[in-house]
Amino acid sequence: MSATTAPAWTKTRQQPGALARLFDNKAFLIIVCLAPAVGLLMTFLTYPLGLGIWLAFTDTTIGRAGIWVGLENFEYLMGDPIFLNSVFYSVFYTAVATVGKFGLGLWLALLLNQHLPMKSLLRAIILLPWIVPTVLSAIAFWWIYDPQFSILSYLSMKMGLTEGPIDFINTAWPARWSLIFANIWRGIPFVAISLLAGLQTISPSLYEAALLDGATPWQRFRHITFPMLMPILAIVMTFSIIFTFTDFQLVYAITRGGPVNSTHLMATLAFQRGIPGGQLGEGAAIAVAMIPFLVFATLFSYFGLARRKWQQGESND
Amino acid sequence: MTEATNSATAAPEMLSWDSKSRRVVMLYVPLACFLLILLFPFYWMGVTAFKPNAELYDFAQHNPFWITSPTLDHIKHLLFNTSYPSWLWTTMLVSIAATFLSLFASTLAAYSIQRLRFRGSQYVGLAIYLAYLVPPSILFIPLATMVVQLGLFDTPFALILTYPTFLVPFCTWLLIGYFKSIPYELEECALIDGASRLQILRQITLPLAIPGLISAGIFSFTLSWNEFIYALAFIQSSENKTVPVAILTELVTGDVYQWGALMAGSLLGSLPVAIFYSFFVDYYVSSLTGAVKE
Repeated sequence: MSATTAPAWTKTRQQPGALARLFDNKAFLIIVCLAPAVGLLMTFLTYPLGLGIWLAFTDTTIGRAGIWVGLENFEYLMGDPIFLNSVFYSVFYTAVATVGKFGLGLWLALLLNQHLPMKSLLRAIILLPWIVPTVLSAIAFWWIYDPQFSILSYLSMKMGLTEGPIDFINTAWPARWSLIFANIWRGIPFVAISLLAGLQTISPSLYEAALLDGATPWQRFRHITFPMLMPILAIVMTFSIIFTFTDFQLVYAITRGGPVNSTHLMATLAFQRGIPGGQLGEGAAIAVAMIPFLVFATLFSYFGLARRKWQQGESND
Repeated sequence: MTEATNSATAAPEMLSWDSKSRRVVMLYVPLACFLLILLFPFYWMGVTAFKPNAELYDFAQHNPFWITSPTLDHIKHLLFNTSYPSWLWTTMLVSIAATFLSLFASTLAAYSIQRLRFRGSQYVGLAIYLAYLVPPSILFIPLATMVVQLGLFDTPFALILTYPTFLVPFCTWLLIGYFKSIPYELEECALIDGASRLQILRQITLPLAIPGLISAGIFSFTLSWNEFIYALAFIQSSENKTVPVAILTELVTGDVYQWGALMAGSLLGSLPVAIFYSFFVDYYVSSLTGAVKE
């Protein structure tokens, strides 16, 4: 038996070809494997990022290469009330929407973490607002906020809460709040489902111990749930802050920055000045002005992660 | 909080009717409110899409929450009087191509970072993670100039090549976590048996990582389908637009908005993602939560 199998064995051990040997070379393989991803990211992410920063210091317009103008764009923007308003609204929008999303999202996560029938179905339904394209749900909100045929106005008039139709997006402050509400609506599912994942990792024995020690529900939340949730909360919050601050779709779809430029976020203003307006340099300057805020948010995430390492020891990588 | 509330309701000094009503007030009522608010826009979208115009703008005679004589007019209008089918087709093409491109690039990258373990691989991983934190809103202006210079303006390739900038970091990150969960011993056995690295990747690691690949693929597909700002900035001609952009720029005409058609378009544009999502909910949730936990 062994005499017949031995020759077959040597045949399969024949030397692989030059190409196969090349692909077994670790250094070569690493380069080949990383090339597509790193190449794509370098070309379409790192380079444009640098190009954007360069453009911010030039007076490029569409169809004309610009020259270096130093800080002129930024100096101009500093005196531009529309830009300053967009900075204010971006910060306000991010702050209020984040508080709203996380408050309600945490509440929803706590509700979902209890014993419920059809839990996975519920979870699937709750994620819907997050997976449906933002612009399409924003258009639905636009229709809900319609000045004449708003269903909410109809309801409130029917119930006698208001005399006439509610003004949702025709004046500055109502429009700002309506957009924030739409953003919170869209953000809740993501926050709730990610925090739910965090809640499920908390060991029940901690709660049992707290119960034996006579802790009240608030104390259990404050001293067990919240600290244990902190690491995930920090990461989810960083993402949420970054993507809320640079939000574009909701505002563009519902108000396009109006009425009278009062709801421009920095991203929509950059778009309006840069692409339809043709002032690429100025648009890039507005986009670059977002970077300090984003760096701040990223540092926030970094310290959140560091805290997790410290809490759970080295083994958790 | 589960255990906390459960044990609280099970505490001996509480009467059973008390805990039950308490549970209704504390759990089911808020949950119902959440569901109502989260789902209402979709209901409203659906109702509007099938409502004839006569009912749409007449709340006095018709109950706005219901349709007395449903109609397919808005959908017919979309399919036959606009280029909606071609928008759908473009969106589908762009999403699928971008998804495959990103999956290919990120599988290889994740494999080399997690399994080939070269010096500095952690830093490459960190750099890719940081790339995810760069939002499209600050990249679209320079990218627009690049797209014009490369001659890609107004072609689907502009989108297929730029979407991976936000897909690759996410997929790589997800797949690194997935590869980590596959026992390294399996690969060592294969190495001892004389398999080459590529054979290991193709015959051992990838088949085991299929759930991870599906998660990453679904996520990429939905993200590409949802993408808006690049599609708005890089595409000009009507027939090359993606659904979200086209609905907003092509269907919104004049001062009187055709809400029926707009809502029908939104509904049709949401359906493919929603159907796709419903098949793979568990993968989707696991990728979402997995990415957060990593």
